[in-house]
Amino acid sequence: MDAAIEQNRRAAVLSEKKNKVLGVCLEDARISKSYLAVAFVALLLGGLLGLLQGLNRAGVLELPAWLNYYQILTAHGLLLVVVLSAFFTIGYFYAGLSHTLGGLLPKVRKLAWIGFWTKMVGLVLVVVPVLMNEASVMYTFYPPMAAHPVFYFGLVFVVLGIWMLATGAFINVAHWRKNHKGQHLPILAFFATGVFVLLVGATAFVAVEVLFMIIPWSLGWVETINVMVARTLFWAFGHTAVNIWYLTAVSAWYVIVPKIIGGTRWNDYLTRVVVIALVIMNITGGFHHQIVDPGISLPIKFMHVFMSLAIGFPSLMTAYAMFRVFERTGRRKGGKGALGWFKKLPWGDVRFLSPFIAMAAFIPAGAGGIVQSTNQLDQVVHNTMWIVGHFHLTLGMSVVMTFFGISYWLVPYLSKRVLTPQMNKLGVIQTIIWTVGMVIMAISMHAAGLFGSPRRTSFTTYGDFAETLGWNPLMTAVGIGATLLLIAVILQVHAVFNMMFFAPKGEVEFPIAEVEKNETAAPYMTERWGIWVVVMMIVIAMAYVLPLTDMIVNAPPGSPPFKTW
Amino acid sequence: MMHLDEKIWLTLSFGIIMIFMLITGYQAFALEMGPPSHNEILDPQKVDETAPFDEPGIKQIGEKEYEVVMTLQVFSFTPMELEIPAGSTVHFTLTSKDVVHGFQVANTNINAMVMPGHIQKISQKFSEPGEYLVLCNEYCGAGHQLMSTTITVK
Repeated sequence: MDAAIEQNRRAAVLSEKKNKVLGVCLEDARISKSYLAVAFVALLLGGLLGLLQGLNRAGVLELPAWLNYYQILTAHGLLLVVVLSAFFTIGYFYAGLSHTLGGLLPKVRKLAWIGFWTKMVGLVLVVVPVLMNEASVMYTFYPPMAAHPVFYFGLVFVVLGIWMLATGAFINVAHWRKNHKGQHLPILAFFATGVFVLLVGATAFVAVEVLFMIIPWSLGWVETINVMVARTLFWAFGHTAVNIWYLTAVSAWYVIVPKIIGGTRWNDYLTRVVVIALVIMNITGGFHHQIVDPGISLPIKFMHVFMSLAIGFPSLMTAYAMFRVFERTGRRKGGKGALGWFKKLPWGDVRFLSPFIAMAAFIPAGAGGIVQSTNQLDQVVHNTMWIVGHFHLTLGMSVVMTFFGISYWLVPYLSKRVLTPQMNKLGVIQTIIWTVGMVIMAISMHAAGLFGSPRRTSFTTYGDFAETLGWNPLMTAVGIGATLLLIAVILQVHAVFNMMFFAPKGEVEFPIAEVEKNETAAPYMTERWGIWVVVMMIVIAMAYVLPLTDMIVNAPPGSPPFKTW
Repeated sequence: MMHLDEKIWLTLSFGIIMIFMLITGYQAFALEMGPPSHNEILDPQKVDETAPFDEPGIKQIGEKEYEVVMTLQVFSFTPMELEIPAGSTVHFTLTSKDVVHGFQVANTNINAMVMPGHIQKISQKFSEPGEYLVLCNEYCGAGHQLMSTTITVK
């Protein structure tokens, strides 16, 4: 056993050396750079639309007749929740796979390109009907609201692209495992495997919804649709999607950030357990979006409270692990006393500062998530601005600020350029502006939601109710937050493209932290992905078979399509 | 592998989640405060011909107890502008005639999804006199922001 561990360690060191000598594989880098470029263009457009919304809800901007609020909101959601997040995740993990598995296989590279263009075609098909105001149906596109059929065909292409990328990742991982029998998958590739398993699992639900229910109905081949089944399938996807972006951020917290602060990473076994737990329990969490729905019985809803809250547990494990790593590293650098270690962390390094604030934001964000997953508390805040505040904390801070932090080393690494001290300073300023903007916006949104202000609603006073209910000053603050955020977006996008094309040439490392020297290796059990996928499917079956069967067997007559905008 | 303080932290984490579960379950099943989950269906294209929605309106069913049968459609509620005496309990029976709507009354715990084909029910006691804002909180189309009415408690 010890010999095997020693051998693993040597092999790891060897592959690390090889990567250092060879540097980044240029062909693989081109793939990741293309994905990142699309992601940050989406950030720019999505941020701009976000500002228009913020100013509209603040009551200072009346939108022209040819550009309505709901059209902008649909595009804002899709650009940021689907395009920015998915493209960044793929670009980052493909770079990680290339780096830790010794390069992408030629056929995987080919798949990645086909997947890229499939997704781009899908995107165009989705965006054009939105621009023409033929698909103002939001990111959730709940039937019986029906968009132009082309919108749904676009979604199919996006999903197909994701499946190609997932297949490519699985092929590369399987190839590595075949040549490294008995070894643990490098940790970043392990996270990537979990993320792509979840992506396939989540998109399978929305693929069934779109392909077998919505498309035949929007083309007029069938007259009506089962709205509850469609909605339930959507949320099996919709919530998992955002959790996948979160898991991507978590991978950087465990693997990258410890290296950047000059420390070692958290216990390898526990890290892998967290990944496995997040994969197994994730998809069933989507049901908590339906707590105040009709047609789902109270016992089923109660079971789903448990399934949703269960995801909180691995996140609480993560919270402990992160601060423990910070403390350990800070103390080794000479930090004394209860909090001396805190000062030893590299606060001036944007690659640390941005993900650190992201993690800190997850404390209130996760607590809010636990609160609103419980039945009665959800009833208070469901579909109010509170929810919008919640996902601007989770996605807008925890996920996206981690992505920003990654960009300051990943983009230079891929482009064979360096992060200059000036660019680092710009990054720190950008991080601070983004943080202030997001904090102002998220707090105001949470408060407005508690006072009853609904989400997804363009500027309205409801007579003089907005005034008497105390929404107006809060919505003004949302507008101020959105303005600051757009400034930060412009700085961030500038930084990414500067580092991609104009920064001084040079080599930077792909920061992957080592485990502690005397740590015992994780049992090989963690690598049995076949078992974890089966367990995941059993959990999904426990959660969904009963309610879905009930919705299908006891279905009301269906609904015809409506275009209400 | 695990430190003592990590074990304590994780035990507390697990305990907090379990306490949340217990309180939620107690409220839902013992105090009957479960979220609106009525399970009854109808043909969404024949709402006007289906009882009780063939006669939407407000009806007194007991002392300080009212039943409101209401349809939601783009971008209005039927009936609009309800009036009830303070201290009344109101039982709402709701359905949608077209797309998905949300039924929310600001400053109360009324918040329910109203789906075509499904009947939703929710009850609320209005103790404080005043004017309450009723609004749709699920995006339902171009006039979604106009979909509101009032309940006046006298």
